[in-house]
Amino acid sequence: MKRRKFIGMLAGAGACMAASTATAGGTHHFKGYPESFGVLFDSTKCIGCRKCEAACNKVNELPAQPVPFDDLAVLDSRRRTHHDTFTVVNKYSVNDKPVYRKQQCNHCLEPACASACFVGAFVKDKTGAVSHDASKCVGCRYCMIACPFEIPTYEYHDPITPRVRKCTMCQPRIEEGKLPGCVEDCPKGALVFGRREDLLNIARERIRKHPSIYIDHIYGEREMGGTSWMYISGVPFEKIGMREDLGVTPAPELTSGALSLVPAVVGLWPMFLTGAYALTKRREKIAEEEQHHAVAEAVAEAQSEAAKKAKAAMEKAERDKQAAIDREVKKALKEAEEARLKAETPADPSEQ
Amino acid sequence: MSHHTTPSKTFWTPANILTAVILVIGLVLTVKRFTMGIGSVTNLTDDNPWGIWIGFDLLCGVALAAGGYTTSAAVYLFGMKKYHSAVRPAITTAFLGYAFVVFALLYDLGRYYRLPYPLTIYPGPTSFLFEVGLCVALYLTVLAIEFSPALWETLRWKKLRFWAHSLTLVLTIFGVVLSTLHQSSLGGLYLLAPSKLHPLWYSPYLALFFFVSSIPAGLSMVIFEGGLSHTFLHHKMDETHIKEAPGVTLGFAKAAAVVLFTYFNLKWIGVALDNNWHYLSTGWGAWFLVEMLGFVLVPCLMYAVAAREKSQKLAFWASIVTVLGIVLNRLNISLVAFNWQLPAELRYVPSWEEIMITVFIVTLEITVLRICLNKLPILHEHPEFKGAH
Ligand code: SF4
Ligand code: SF4
Repeated sequence: MKRRKFIGMLAGAGACMAASTATAGGTHHFKGYPESFGVLFDSTKCIGCRKCEAACNKVNELPAQPVPFDDLAVLDSRRRTHHDTFTVVNKYSVNDKPVYRKQQCNHCLEPACASACFVGAFVKDKTGAVSHDASKCVGCRYCMIACPFEIPTYEYHDPITPRVRKCTMCQPRIEEGKLPGCVEDCPKGALVFGRREDLLNIARERIRKHPSIYIDHIYGEREMGGTSWMYISGVPFEKIGMREDLGVTPAPELTSGALSLVPAVVGLWPMFLTGAYALTKRREKIAEEEQHHAVAEAVAEAQSEAAKKAKAAMEKAERDKQAAIDREVKKALKEAEEARLKAETPADPSEQ
Repeated sequence: MSHHTTPSKTFWTPANILTAVILVIGLVLTVKRFTMGIGSVTNLTDDNPWGIWIGFDLLCGVALAAGGYTTSAAVYLFGMKKYHSAVRPAITTAFLGYAFVVFALLYDLGRYYRLPYPLTIYPGPTSFLFEVGLCVALYLTVLAIEFSPALWETLRWKKLRFWAHSLTLVLTIFGVVLSTLHQSSLGGLYLLAPSKLHPLWYSPYLALFFFVSSIPAGLSMVIFEGGLSHTFLHHKMDETHIKEAPGVTLGFAKAAAVVLFTYFNLKWIGVALDNNWHYLSTGWGAWFLVEMLGFVLVPCLMYAVAAREKSQKLAFWASIVTVLGIVLNRLNISLVAFNWQLPAELRYVPSWEEIMITVFIVTLEITVLRICLNKLPILHEHPEFKGAH
């Protein structure tokens, strides 16, 4: 791979992140699409008949259930949504009285599942529905980690094309002008479909008119930044299995701060590291120069030392030579002298 | 070179037999996973969509492979030339570590064959997971190029080797940037789940914690593996490696002590800022203290003493405690303290098959690593490329 292409890809990642944080981390508060729909669930009206479950099963063409929908015994155990059950009704006993609560995707205004998904398989539609596109999904299941309401489910036993499954708010039916299946079949009017703004008004009106029946809280008005499904109840929500500690921060804001640091890291880190490298190089160069210097000095010193030695040696050699010459001369003179003396004495007959 | 230095040993040593058994079981389970689905081998549920394949294979795998970027940054960017011989082993482990992280992911992803989707077809940049994917993919490429000279040297492909080598500086800088991003992004993943992760572990600074703790993780793995190769692969090491090893160990020990101490303080600042002190008196608090004192403070002190007393042995033990601590931390966040509010019967416990597949992948990785260390110029310099680094 070319160096430039590499840098390009990296910069692209940074820009992508920057763009995404600009929308996710902005200071504005997203209130949902105007005119979008939702459903209001009133737990004081729900009788736990499981008609909504049956309707959901039918309109979504989900597989037949082992326990028929008119068997109410299942209400005694706690259930959650599954890949072939988009909605369940659970029974809670509060002050010895049964209270029922329907559970399904809440179709958040700013869904955690959508901000978690790394292929953008979740989309919040203008109808209010949060839908999932299985043709994009990689099957990482991060959406299931992220959803604070524990809604998305997975087809763990499908080896090739497992899907994330969850309630669709019957988006196709809404677009046809029909009601969501569960709302249509609810015999008690515990479910009301309409524009979210209208539902909020209906809920407020009910609470205002019957303060002795309802507690003063519309669950979903602000939880996790608001949801399209909303709940009113006669008992505290935590008593019917709904978390009241989720806060009002929309999911994307939980990560936007940290994500916004990405462009900074991409932008600044390389400069810092190159700086560190340059400093190191400089330090090394200085050290090298100093070393050079030291070596040169040492060499010079050694050279002068050597020169001195050589000179001394030469001088010594000179001296030695002179001494040798002197010695030789002396010797020669001495020999000459001896020869002269010999010549002057009469010859020895034995030497001849 | 003499032709008969080592007497031919039997291939079926106990270690190799064990390896073979694990690999066979692993292959059988692999077939099961890919023909009968994730659910056939795991205990994953709709409440617990991530198990040990994410908690251990991905989170720990990436953290423990941090030795690659920490070592090459120390040597090439911060001029710690004397640690040079540590670079190749560290890069090799990191490269294999990441390669096997990606390999392990294929088991966990429902539609593994779409792994490139987020990078090519449908990017989802609002997600920390997107960043993890992008950075890991790029970094794996970087590591492959950084690792490749060992291969080119063996094959004597000089041109390629010098080309790969000429990129060192750029690759090192990329490596550090990419590592900073994805090491922290792994922590960032959990920012989206404040209601599921126990408050003692959840923090807006999760990303920072993951990044900072990845540094001692990487340094400790270098020390740990260095110690192991000294024991088991001494004959493969050349003089430089043997001579430089104590310096690497003690130098890294000192750095690890400093960063662990920083991390220790940061974590308490995290607790203080969210005012989570009252949780400390609960059972979760006790567990948190075990992690913080036993596996952060203790190894920090061990390293400090090791660096001062110049004790390589103590540094080696400290590296083991640190590595265990990192594993503990990542598992706490992803599995133990995750979903802490669920009733016990809904909590996740891995199945034996799930654990076995993880063991299989780790064994496979160690086997490949052993082959590389034995066959490639990693613990020693190639005779034809001496001093060419
Ligand atoms: S309830 Fe969960 S699955 Fe439904 S939109 Fe909200 S985050 Fe997504
Ligand atoms: S499982 Fe599918 S839909 Fe859910 S986050 Fe992953 S890719 Fe997106």
